[in-house]
Order: sequence, then C-alpha cells, then structure tokens
Amino acid sequence: MSTATPDKPKYTIKDFASDQDVRWCPGCGDYSILSAVKKVLAQRDRPPEEYCFISGIGCSSRFPYYMNTYGLHTIHGRAPAVATGMKIVRPDIETWLITGDGDGLSIGGNHFMHLIRRNVNLRLMLFNNRIYGLTKGQYSPTSEQNKRTKSTPMGSLDFPVDPLCLAIGAGATFVARGVDMHPKHLIETLSRAADHKGTAFVEIYQNCNIFNDGAFAHAQDRKVRSDNVIELVHGEPMIYGADLNRGIIRNGDHLESVTIGENGVTKDDLLVHDETCPETVAFSLARMKYPDMPEPIGVIRAVDRPCYDDLVNEQVEHAVETRGNGDLQKLLTGTETWDVNG
Amino acid sequence: MSTEVTPRRKEELQEVTIRFAGDSGDGMQLTGTQFTNTAAVLGNDVSTLPDFPAEIRAPAGTTYGVSGFQIHFSSFDIHTPGDAVDALVVMNPAALKVNLEDLRENGILIINEDSFTEQNLKLAGYAENPLEDNSLTNYRVFRIPVTKATLEALEELGMKGKDAARSKNFYALGVVLWLYNRPLEPTLDFINKKFKNKPEAIKANERALRAGWYFGETAEFFTSTYDVPKAELPAGQYRKISGNEALAYGLIAAAVKSGKPLFYGSYPITPASDILHELAKHKNFGVKTFQAEDEIAAVCSCIGASFGGALSVTGTSGPGIALKAEAMGLGVMMELPFVVVNVQRGGPSTGLPTKTEQSDLNQVLYGRNGECPMPVIAAKSPSDCFHAAFEACKISMQHMVPVVLLTDAYLANGAEPWNIPDASLIPEIEIEHPTEWDGEFTPYRRDERGVRPWALPGTPGLQHRLGGLEKKNITGGVNYDPDNHELMIKLRQEKIDKIADEIPPATVTGNPEGGELLIVTWGGPFGTAFAATNRQRSKGRDVSHLHLRWLNPMPSNVEEILRRYKKVIVAEINMGQLINIIRSKFLIDAKPLNKMKGRPFTITEVEAAMERELGIPSEPISS
Ligand code: SF4
Repeated sequence: MSTATPDKPKYTIKDFASDQDVRWCPGCGDYSILSAVKKVLAQRDRPPEEYCFISGIGCSSRFPYYMNTYGLHTIHGRAPAVATGMKIVRPDIETWLITGDGDGLSIGGNHFMHLIRRNVNLRLMLFNNRIYGLTKGQYSPTSEQNKRTKSTPMGSLDFPVDPLCLAIGAGATFVARGVDMHPKHLIETLSRAADHKGTAFVEIYQNCNIFNDGAFAHAQDRKVRSDNVIELVHGEPMIYGADLNRGIIRNGDHLESVTIGENGVTKDDLLVHDETCPETVAFSLARMKYPDMPEPIGVIRAVDRPCYDDLVNEQVEHAVETRGNGDLQKLLTGTETWDVNG
Repeated sequence: MSTEVTPRRKEELQEVTIRFAGDSGDGMQLTGTQFTNTAAVLGNDVSTLPDFPAEIRAPAGTTYGVSGFQIHFSSFDIHTPGDAVDALVVMNPAALKVNLEDLRENGILIINEDSFTEQNLKLAGYAENPLEDNSLTNYRVFRIPVTKATLEALEELGMKGKDAARSKNFYALGVVLWLYNRPLEPTLDFINKKFKNKPEAIKANERALRAGWYFGETAEFFTSTYDVPKAELPAGQYRKISGNEALAYGLIAAAVKSGKPLFYGSYPITPASDILHELAKHKNFGVKTFQAEDEIAAVCSCIGASFGGALSVTGTSGPGIALKAEAMGLGVMMELPFVVVNVQRGGPSTGLPTKTEQSDLNQVLYGRNGECPMPVIAAKSPSDCFHAAFEACKISMQHMVPVVLLTDAYLANGAEPWNIPDASLIPEIEIEHPTEWDGEFTPYRRDERGVRPWALPGTPGLQHRLGGLEKKNITGGVNYDPDNHELMIKLRQEKIDKIADEIPPATVTGNPEGGELLIVTWGGPFGTAFAATNRQRSKGRDVSHLHLRWLNPMPSNVEEILRRYKKVIVAEINMGQLINIIRSKFLIDAKPLNKMKGRPFTITEVEAAMERELGIPSEPISS
C-alpha cells in the first residue's frame, strides 16, 4: 500500500519542500497547487528520494525547483518524452509531470498525445490558465476565441482545444479535473491520481492573476462555483448547485442539466457517475461547458490498461528468460565466420 | 545440353571489383551480399558499397529505380570498395545507363538481354538499343538471356511466370560465382536458411543458381575464369560486418562493460534505422529500445533515461540532428551523459537520403544555441563503428557530457571482414554514482577533470534538480549572475578540452617525421586516403596521411604534426568543413579536396589531388 496509516504519517510537508525561494507572482494559483501536492505526498509513505518531478517550460514548469525530490526542468513541451525515457529505465521512481496549456498542448501537443496513448505510469498535471504567463500574456491553445492579447489586438481566431477531450481521445486511462482555489477537492483528486497505475491526467484550473485574472472565476469563486461546477463521485448521482437541487440526465444522445422537482424530474432520474464509463460518455461529460452546463470536476474516467514502462521491461525479461542473458562473445562472433591462420 | 566441357584458362588476379545493378525489385542487394559472403568466407579481403534508390519501389525500369551493389575483393589488405569496376552485371537497360561510366575499358559486361525490350529502352531513355548500335565495343560484352533461362530452369516446378522470373538474380549470381571460381555452397546454405518456410522458393532459387553456374561452365561463352587468392590478413577468426551492425554491437559492448542497461531512443530515419532494428533483436542483453514519436522525443527520452542512470543513446541522420539540437543543448547544460549517433547522408534538408556525405560536421560542432560544446568522434571504417561507439559511450559517461558519434551512409551500409575481438579483453568502463555526500549535495562540484557527480534518483539525501537555466557553480541552483555565467561557460568548455588528455595521440601513416605532403581525413575517406598514400609512396612520393577520429577535442599533437609538412590537403565529402577548423585553429594554409556526389572518393581521385599538390603531371587515368 502506498498510503500511510492516517494516524502516523511517515513524512511531513516540510520533507517535500526544497530550500529554493518560490518565485511565482504573489496571488498566483500555482501556490495552492504546490501546497496541495506537498500535502498529498506527505500523506503517502514513499520517501522524497523516490520521486521525480519533471517539467517543460512556463510558469508552472518551475515547479520541480520547489520540491525536495529529484527533478528535471527541461525544454518547452518535451517533458513527456523525458519522463518516458526515465520511466522506461526506472519504473521504480514515482514520477510527476508538470505542464501548462502552452507547454503541454501547443509546443508539446504531440508528446502529450503519445505519453497518454502509451499509458506511461506517471502523474500528468496540466496547469490550465488559458494564457501564456512567462512570455507575458499571449493567448494560448485553451484561450477562448476573440481573446484580446498583445499578440491578438483584434481578438484571437483559434478555436480553443479542450484538454480533457484531447486526453480521452488519446486513450487516457485516468482523466480528472481540479481547481486551484478548491484545495480540499484538489487534494482528493491528486491523491486518486497518485493511486492510479498508468498516465493519470489531471487538468487544474489555475488563475493567472497577472495576465488572465478570473479566467475560471465561475469555477473558483466560492459564491458561484457550486452552480457552475459538478463534483463527480463514482457511484453517486450527478447532482450539483448551491441547493443541491440540480443534476444531469441523458436526453437522447446528449447530456442535459435539469432541476429536481421541475417537469417531474426526481433524483432517481439523474445519471449515476461511473468512472469506468465508455469514452463516449466521458467525452460528453468533458464537453460540458460553462455557462450552458456545469463543468465536471473530480475523476471523470479511471480504467485499467497495462503501462508502457511495464511492458517494455516485461519484453526484456521475457527475452532473458527465453534466450538467456546475452553473451557478448557470441554476439560479436555471429553465425558465419572463417579462420585466417597467420 | 552438352556435357563436354572445354577447360578454360584460369587467370589469377590480385583484386577485382564487381558491380551488380538492376531494378530495385531485382534483388541486387541480396545478390551482392551473397557474393561478398562467399568471397569473405574464402579468405579474401572485401569491401562493399551498396547504392540504392531513396524510393522503396521506384517505377520499374527507370533510371532512378536502379539499385546497385559494388564489391571489391582481393588477395591483399584493401580499404575501399574499389574505383573502376572490372565486371558489371546489369539486369536492365536503366542499370546499364546509370552504371556504364564506372566500368573500366575492356571490362566484363554481363547483360540480361531479355530485358532490353522497346519499353524498357524507352523507360531508360535510350533512343537506340545499345546492344545493337556498337556503343559497347570498348567492353567485353556477354549477352545472356537471364530471364528466359531462369524460366526454363524452373519450368518443371510449374510456377507462374512472374514468380519464376523472381529467381533470375540467383541465375545471374550463379554465372558470376562460376566466372570467379567461387563455390555455390555458401549461397545454397543461405537459400535454405532464408526461405526455411517456403520450400517452393528454396527449390526455385537453388535451380536458378545452379542453372547460372552450369551456363557458365557449358555455354562456351567465357574463354577464361578468374581466381583471386586468399588475402594475407592477420591471424584470427573473422566475420563480415557492416557499419550499422558494428555500431550496434559497440553500444551493447559498452553497456556490458559498464554494467549499465542500454537505452536506445530513436525515430526511424534512413540510413540509421538499421541500428534500431539490430538493437531491438538483443533485448536479452537488457537493451531497451524505444521508437519515439519524433526525433525530439527520441533525444529527450535519452535525457530522462540518462538521469535515471542508463547508458542512453539516440541515433539519427542529419535532418534528425537539426530537430534534436535544443535537447542536445539541454544535455550540455545538465551535464548528463548520452550519445547522439549521426549516420550522415546527403543534405541539406531531405537531400539524398540513401547517399553518403560528410556535411554535418559543422552542424554537430556548431549547430546549437549558446556556447554549447560537445565532444565529437567519427568512425573511419565499417568495423571501426564498433570501437568508435564504445569510445563514445565511455567518454560520455566518464565525463558527464553528451557525445556525438558521426558515421555516414557509406560506412553504415558498407561491409568488411572483421577480426572478431575477444570480448574478455575489452576493458571495463568504470562508472561511479555517489551514494552519500559530505553535507548538502552539490551536483555541480567538479573533480580534477572538471566532471560533476552522476547521482541517481532513489539515492537518499542526494535529491537535486537539473534544468536548462544557467546553474550556479557548485550548487547547481538557478543563477543569472554575470560572472557566474561566464565562469560556467568556461568550465563546460574546459571539461571537454581535458578529454584530450585521455584520447590517444594522432599517428601518421607514411613519414611521421614530416615531409612534402600530408593528407588529412576524418570519417569515411580514411580507407581511400590510406590506400592512395601507400600507392604514392610505392611510387617514391613523399606523402603521408593523418586521420582524425576525435574531432572535438582533437588529439593534443595535431598542430605539431601538421607543421611538419610543407603541404597539407584536407579531403572531405563536403564543401570543406574540417579544413576551415584546421585553418582557423592552427593558421595553416591547407588545401581542400572535396566531392559532393553522394559517393566516396576513389583512390584515383585522391592520388590525382596529391600529384597536383606535389606538382607532378598526372598519368592519364587508366585502371
Ligand atoms: S504570470 Fe501568471 S501564471 Fe505566471 S507566475 Fe505570474 S500569476 Fe502565475
């Protein structure tokens, strides 16, 4: 078991904090994510030296410097490839990958897809702030259309990509969403990700208070968020709202938000969340968008599929078992030789 | 068929160059390889040059679909696949058109006359049939109905005509094996192994092969046969090896001798893919191959695997290096060991995917942002790919630096006999990983060679973070201080300069004391320059040869050597890249010898350049 008995935690938050000064802007959502991750790790019984945090480039990618674990701050978009190499040779190292909407979906979109389809055994956290922070405020692949930024004074033209849908489309075995300013829920979600075997993808709504303040206010603001997000819980009906009187039903081939008590709808009519649901259902959930629908948070999908890193190592073991350990002299000699006598 | 056989004159030759050429679907690579194996097993020295089109199945009959395989075999120590071709076997008009210019005067020309149809002549761009217009009078032409004869030989098998015709390359091989007095057995063994599950193909190919042989014997066609006696190679057990094979074995040997798992992350690219294919066969050595989604992912996976403690290697060709540049820089900054193999091909851009060139030296030395030095070693022959790969791995891991290993299409696909090394005599590669540290771990504290520690994840107390941002000296923390940046640039450079202390000094063939003319080479042209130097010296010319394997850092005695000669030529298959380094580094007025035709130098070309430089009027070229 990877979770310590709750009464006697082996590690504390301090064990996972490095001595580096944290250099994000004051008020940045990254702070609460950092704190949530440290709390999650402190609840588990794995020592800091058995973790590796790997990131690309961007504000979020400074993350590894703040963890007292092994870490790599790599190049833009490529962290998934670095992490894949690491996991193939060191499946024993518990790896967390930190990326953002620009790093993971723009320059690194290719690797994002391949990491997920291979199901490399690691945690993949995407800090989505819908903007380029480190380069000072250009629109990102998740920015809404018509976004006015320094690079798009007349409004952006690109249609935004949806990280959850992309992950589901790539065959993700674990897809979840959390919100920076909802730490309790975020910790629960990240703990679930930490327990998953395979690529555990978590999109985190993260506020960039400098360049895109309030981009996710609908999901962050305590006053309104219960009406705008729905916390999915496996085996529970899909219910939400400040008064817990709203819910999700299936209507033909699409999902619909309803109010309990209106038009004869009862709690029993609501969809019950099943994390092992087919991709099509997960996809419909992921497509639920504010303001028409509540946006799902929590674990949307969690299924089992063999991990790439395990499979690579199994092939090697199989080769050794069936053919014996490689013999260098035999390899060099090959099968066709001839002798020359001096 | 008559059974009376007129005895033929058997001529003894010291060396022969044969080229098999045909359509890319005609099986010429296989035919050439089989001839090579037979010659090698008989004790000849051999050197080969395959030449194939970039398209897998270019339209049949066209000149751009022509595939060729050249083999040079001899009774002495050779270093090149041969200059002028002594015997050319062409399976169709296009092959004749492309290859005829390389056949020497009075050379043997074996032609599959069945393929000289109007349509094929047209496809090859012949207005007149060269078999009938007297254009081949300078050669000894042997027209053989290869296709028809093959069909006849296979008649009893009741195969479809198209299937039966496929065996025609074995018929041609049979003729040539007979002509050069090579036995059929190695090829018969090969056919039985290769087509183990296709008894029909075994029968067909065997029959075609024997039919070709009997044709030679009975057709009263050739007036003599030829023999090339065994070569006097150093005693030992030999095998044939190609550059890519040798390279893969060198990597495995380095893994075994360092006690590390080998991780090979690569994206398929010509002409490097065979390294991936070869390594994927040897997982029982603990080899982990990863076919990445692209070139960038391939090199990045090596960075992760290296941090994890594996011997990490990525292989590619020039276009792939361009994509990997940023990550190679990250490796330099993180000071993590991995090897980047570049099997060079003709460029720029997609260039000539299947042809050779040495035009990536500048790219691997300078093609990264910032002051970003990397050690570079280049293999000099197919079998040297083994040793160069081993050395690249060793230097990389012992000096905590990514290393570039250069080969090229000529070395990668070329093959030669290899005196099989005794695995137990290959030295161990000593690698240390710290398990504890006095006080706070300082990942950038260097030893006297300027090398930082390689601490592995999982080691308690040594947790550290590496990244692409400038490091603070010793602690490795992110640091933008101007003096620190300058210091770190110098430290990274110094570490590489100090590798010169560990690589063997350069040696000179010819007259090491100095003299009239020195030819300098790196990479593939080694063999040609070596042979040209020996030929010139046998004519009494004061010519010497310096070959560089390590290009960065260079052996410490290079400048001293260069200054001992009145004239220096630098021969490269590019526009002149090493020469610029030699000129700027040592202020020496070296002269270039360049070729950019996707093919290696010929000995004749190199000798001509030497003679030009020595002021000797060249003899008219006749070979
Ligand atoms: S720019 Fe935005 S995302 Fe970056 S650290 Fe500042 S607030 Fe956070």
